[in-house]
Amino acid sequence: MLDLIEVSKTFEPGTVNEKKALDRLSLHVDKGDFITIVGSNGAGKTTLFNAIAGNFLADRGRIVLNGQDITFLPVHQRSRQIGRLFQDPLKGTAPHMTIEENLALAYRRAGGKTSLFSRISSQDRRQFREALKELDMGLENRLTTPVGTLSGGQRQALTLLMATIVPPALLLLDEHTAALDPGAAEKIMALTEQIVSRDKVTCLMITHNLQQAVSIGNRTLMMENGRIILDISGEEHSRLTAEDLIRRFRETAGRSFDNDRILLSD
Amino acid sequence: MLYVTQTALLLGCIYAIVSLALFISFRILNIADLTTDGCFVLGMAVSVSASVHGHPVLGLFLAMLAGCAAGAVTALLQTRCGVPAILAGIVTNTGLYTMNLMAMGWSSNINILKQETVYTLFRSTGIGGSWYNILLSFVIMALFMVIIRLFLATRLGLSVRATGDNPDMVAASSIDPRKTILIGLVIANSLTALAGALIGQMQKTADINGGTGIVVIGLACLIIGETVIGRGSLTRNIIACFIGNFVYRMIYAVILQTRIIPVDCLKLMTALIVALAIALPTIRENAALYRRIREEGHRNA
Ligand SMILES: Nc1ncnc2c1ncn2[C@@H]1O[C@H](COP(=O)(O)OP(=O)(O)OP(=O)(O)O)[C@@H](O)[C@H]1O
Ligand SMILES: [Mg+2]
Repeated sequence: MLDLIEVSKTFEPGTVNEKKALDRLSLHVDKGDFITIVGSNGAGKTTLFNAIAGNFLADRGRIVLNGQDITFLPVHQRSRQIGRLFQDPLKGTAPHMTIEENLALAYRRAGGKTSLFSRISSQDRRQFREALKELDMGLENRLTTPVGTLSGGQRQALTLLMATIVPPALLLLDEHTAALDPGAAEKIMALTEQIVSRDKVTCLMITHNLQQAVSIGNRTLMMENGRIILDISGEEHSRLTAEDLIRRFRETAGRSFDNDRILLSD
Repeated sequence: MLYVTQTALLLGCIYAIVSLALFISFRILNIADLTTDGCFVLGMAVSVSASVHGHPVLGLFLAMLAGCAAGAVTALLQTRCGVPAILAGIVTNTGLYTMNLMAMGWSSNINILKQETVYTLFRSTGIGGSWYNILLSFVIMALFMVIIRLFLATRLGLSVRATGDNPDMVAASSIDPRKTILIGLVIANSLTALAGALIGQMQKTADINGGTGIVVIGLACLIIGETVIGRGSLTRNIIACFIGNFVYRMIYAVILQTRIIPVDCLKLMTALIVALAIALPTIRENAALYRRIREEGHRNA
């Protein structure tokens, strides 16, 4: 369903700051996979997502999604099939626009169905309210509230809803609960699992929480120096513990795991 | 006094359309569009030329079309060629000087003599009596304000608004921000050209230098309006365009009549208003910080 074939990306090539952020990275993702990705700071995890989402073009290699070669497609065309959440809850929403206006925009990913000059109808509003109710945050009664006045957790929940209101073929989550307080983080994580399993969304999730990495999803990747150095799935994944990950990292990379935000447990 | 108010109303209505354009580019898209000055003259030149040839109404439409083209050039320069937004406007503005001369038949000034304008045509219907030119200008302004307000609530309008608010989110919603910037600037510049077109026909003349400083005045009026009635909903912001221009033109007219300050100083005042209004939030922040530092210094001493 998603294939990366020998994808490379070097930042500032030919300078002293040259950085090989992706190094001939290949990855095959099956439909319905929920993959967690861990790795130390600067390992290239976010860069991997940027390459998949189209924020820059890969220097080398091909990216194929659902049989379509998307290597050279711009962000806005890929986003029709790819939903994405960032660590920063401010990134996914327009602060000066209302909740319903943000949702209406997200709904444009559905394509052809809505005319460019149509306005938000009462039927749209009913649909938005229905969807917001699932978040269980009372947002369904605040359709005309500017998003900028919501809390970080509420904004991230809304962003999650916007990314999935039209179920994407692929969902990219980049430490999307890391900036939230523990309560909100737990809530967003539960919502994520609920939506992903309901819509059977194929999902890649970067996390610094090793406990989460082994307990959620069906496959775990570990990245280092722009490569995937560990890929655990199936039976082995279900027995995997956070301690295993740290041990396996030391064996493979020859040094201890360092991530300034690393968490062993919840 | 009645005469002063009438003049302020008339000019306020027409120049409000420039502020409306700047509301779209500056407030909504977050782009300082320096195409404005040249685009205003472009509208003026096209509409006066068309009137001279006996087509005043067509002249308004042609002026808007020309404005669209100017806006498109600025937008394409920034979105497809990587020219920084401010520079793109300046470049287009410079090029427009030649285009404007061309539109006026290579002369720097043209006049409507006996030919009709939209204003003389409207006067002959007898509607509005001696207020005819105010009425016509007001109706045109109100029409475009309503159209823009309705547009901003459509799916496309939402996309344009989100582009200025959070461009990342726009691309993530499968909308091409390059297109929404293009659409926004095309609309804004067609409005600017329309304002120029109306001023040209009203004053029966087009001058190659008739647009100098329009962008700053338009911004000043936008800010004055926002200060008077507050920045709230879109509707309120749009109405602020008219209020601001009316207030500005009243002040202008009073100064002109009473000569409290020399008229030549008005540009400087306008510049001060814009600079102050835009700087105010930062000044306030710094003042608050300074106060805090002083107070805490006292407490610790
Ligand atoms: N736009 C850029 N320009 C230059 N260097 C970059 C750019 N983006 C990323 N890098 C570099 O590429 C490397 C990989 O960065 P990336 O953000 O992918 O790491 P990460 O695995 O997401 O780390 P973290 O856990 O800290 O988020 C880093 O060394 C980073 O400095
Ligand atoms: Mg990262």
